[in-house]
Amino acid sequence: MNWKRSAIAAACAAPVIALFVVGMRIDPKDIPSPLPGTVAPSFALQVFAPGQAPLGRPIGDTVRLAEMRGQVVVLNFWASWCLSCRDEHAVLSEVARRYSGMPVRFVGSLYQDRTAAGTEWIAELGGQSYPSVEDPRARTAIDYGLYGVPETFIIAADGRIARKITGPAEAAVVVRIVDSLLAVASVAKAATQ
Amino acid sequence: MNGLVGSGALMVSLPFLLLGMVIVPFGVRRQRPEWVALGYGAVYANFLLVSAATAAMLVALVTHDFSVSYVAQVGSRATPLFYTIISLWGALEGSILFWAWVLALYSVLVVSTNRARPGALVPYSAMVLLAISSFFAILLVGPANPFHSVFPVLADGPGPNPLLQNHILMGVHPPLLYLGYVGMSVPFAFAIGALLSREAESNDWIRLTRNWTVLTWGFLSAAIIAGMWWSYDVLGWGGYWAWDPVENASFLPWLTATAFLHSAMVQERRSMLRLWNINLVVGTFVLTILGTFLTRSGIISSVHAFTTGTIGYYFLAFIAVVLVATLVLVAGTSDKLRTTGHLDSAASRETVFLLNNLFLTAFMFTVLVGTLYPLVAEAVRGVKVSVGAPFFNRMSLPMIVALLFLMGVGPALPWKSATRAELRAKLLPPIVGAVVLTAVALLMGIHSLFGVLAFAFVGYSATANVREFWIGTRARRAAHGEMWVVAFVRLVLGNRRRHGGYIAHLGVFFVALGITASSSLRTESEGTLKPGESLTVSGRTVRLKQVWGREEQQRSVIGATMEVLSAGRVVGTMEPRMNFYPLSQQPVPTPDVRSGPRGDLYLNLMAVRPDGSSATVKAIFEPLVPWIWLGGGIIIAGALIGAWPAPTRRRESVAAVAPLPLPQESAA
Repeated sequence: MNWKRSAIAAACAAPVIALFVVGMRIDPKDIPSPLPGTVAPSFALQVFAPGQAPLGRPIGDTVRLAEMRGQVVVLNFWASWCLSCRDEHAVLSEVARRYSGMPVRFVGSLYQDRTAAGTEWIAELGGQSYPSVEDPRARTAIDYGLYGVPETFIIAADGRIARKITGPAEAAVVVRIVDSLLAVASVAKAATQ
Repeated sequence: MNGLVGSGALMVSLPFLLLGMVIVPFGVRRQRPEWVALGYGAVYANFLLVSAATAAMLVALVTHDFSVSYVAQVGSRATPLFYTIISLWGALEGSILFWAWVLALYSVLVVSTNRARPGALVPYSAMVLLAISSFFAILLVGPANPFHSVFPVLADGPGPNPLLQNHILMGVHPPLLYLGYVGMSVPFAFAIGALLSREAESNDWIRLTRNWTVLTWGFLSAAIIAGMWWSYDVLGWGGYWAWDPVENASFLPWLTATAFLHSAMVQERRSMLRLWNINLVVGTFVLTILGTFLTRSGIISSVHAFTTGTIGYYFLAFIAVVLVATLVLVAGTSDKLRTTGHLDSAASRETVFLLNNLFLTAFMFTVLVGTLYPLVAEAVRGVKVSVGAPFFNRMSLPMIVALLFLMGVGPALPWKSATRAELRAKLLPPIVGAVVLTAVALLMGIHSLFGVLAFAFVGYSATANVREFWIGTRARRAAHGEMWVVAFVRLVLGNRRRHGGYIAHLGVFFVALGITASSSLRTESEGTLKPGESLTVSGRTVRLKQVWGREEQQRSVIGATMEVLSAGRVVGTMEPRMNFYPLSQQPVPTPDVRSGPRGDLYLNLMAVRPDGSSATVKAIFEPLVPWIWLGGGIIIAGALIGAWPAPTRRRESVAAVAPLPLPQESAA
């Protein structure tokens, strides 16, 4: 055995392995969105699933983004035919309840689906704490550049999109972002007063 | 119960494997044949145990035993039996189990057919195979255990991925791919065995390895073609190759294995390229593992990607170990692998093989770079890029065309050197074929440079290969007074490897013509039709008769009955469909294909009005596509002829009585 040559050859493998190690930490599906940092596209959509007290809104009510300025908005696109939406459903319902009484609004937006199927789905999964709206012809989804469902946009108090979550949202991630946005909002408020 | 049997069998197999892996090298070093025999026993025991686990999984699938996690994941009572059985390889854990079983089967074949062979090559090869099996056994008892028990037991499951239960080729493509892919472990084991037993200097291991490689290469070729066919018949886009990372991953080892099949002959005949051959064999195996890593780690975005878990890290560790260990071994022993032969003349068969290897490896590196570049770009520069078909097409076309030409020159040239007269006699006549096919290409309407060149070189090389059969048959007929057919069959059987190779070449020519014609001359048109309205593509007219729907056991189907018209008369009907599976977001397209010698009429149903009043249909005319599938069949026939062991040689190897490794100089 020529050990010197062996060592040189083994060293050649290092960059390849390093590349894969780095690659394993990157999510190829995490496609960058130009939206975070920009002003969230406005919407005015009708409630079809009322949600539960105290977060609920009556059916037929119009949810306008403009009216929620000054609050953190968590806008979640979902559909009854989407499997991973099932995974995040309970998580989002629970997180929303945790913020009741605070300036945080959760809104579900039904994507490419019948409202009857959406209503049935919510009932099947044991209800949703916050209201869901219908998005005829997916206009709002298109405005937000939806890639698939579920996708969640977190909009800061100043109306800018702070963060986009592709795929099922995790409680810890949502809480971390919302908390920091609340903190920023209260500092900004204190500064203006 | 099934879960217990399966888990238990896998759990028991692991210590056998680890013990065998360790005891074999000790047996060789200490000259204890009984220890080596014990290692071989581990190979057999592992095969029995993994077979038991696989059988338990099949029983669990067929009897809908939803207490087994894998069945709960892919099973469904509504799925037809055939698709239930083949869902064995439809998802991650099952595919790993199937992989382990194929590897166990190959290991048994290697040991049982070669254990009489003297020397330490076979024991060391068995050790390598046991080591690879151990890795898969660790996966199966760890992160990819398909036999976890599920509680509470569900009444029904979601069924396999709809795309995987929509076509019969799902029963063909994956097993062939595994046979080819996993089969590359055997040449690798032989190569490492040859290095460790210091037999790599001899050319004998090459002969052994080459026969195996011919067989697994045949499986891999057939698997790639079957995958193309599946994609063509199921995905509804009318294409068969997209340079998707995972398609590339199956193609990379095919390129190096093809290079090896040719360069191995140079070593056998001329004692050249020893180190190169070792590298090709080892590289082929590393590329199969790389391909598996890419599909199963989620590191690269691909249509083929399995759901991911921690398993990617296991594969990463495995690649690292394989890469470092083989590099250390090959580099450390490379001094011994000096070439003793030399090139006599530029006008010789070995020169052509060298060029063939040059182009094939350059091709491999091109595809590898294109496949991994997005990963590099993101790791280094943090940007998302994708490398698409234009890059691969532009880079590969010149190399493909050159290879097509060499496929005709190689068989025509003799070894060592050729005289001027020989060159003229062999290389000039096939030009007729080139001229004919160039004319055909131009008449068909192919105008791109590489399209015409591909036809011209296929014409040249096909003529050259057929001429070899012709010359050989004529010579036999003259010498033995045999009938044409008898002379031909005896010619082929007399030198199976050579003529199997030429037959495989002919298959490649069919594939090349099919790909060239369909990619240059494909025409399509799309329209929303009411019943009675028609659509014309490339002179072929189809008319919508009606839109229909029906419920089947596991799915709902919407279809359109289309009449194919010729000169105003109905000559046939076609039924493109959309299949809706429960729990699936999108319908699975099921195009209908009407094949003829000149090409396929391909209809895909894109959408229908809910009331059945209209249907949107895409019609594509795909020239010569059936030739690709035909070529695939010819390639595998050639590979089987080439790999079939010659009866006399087999008997010899059995007769060689030296059951266990001869004493070796200890390296220590």
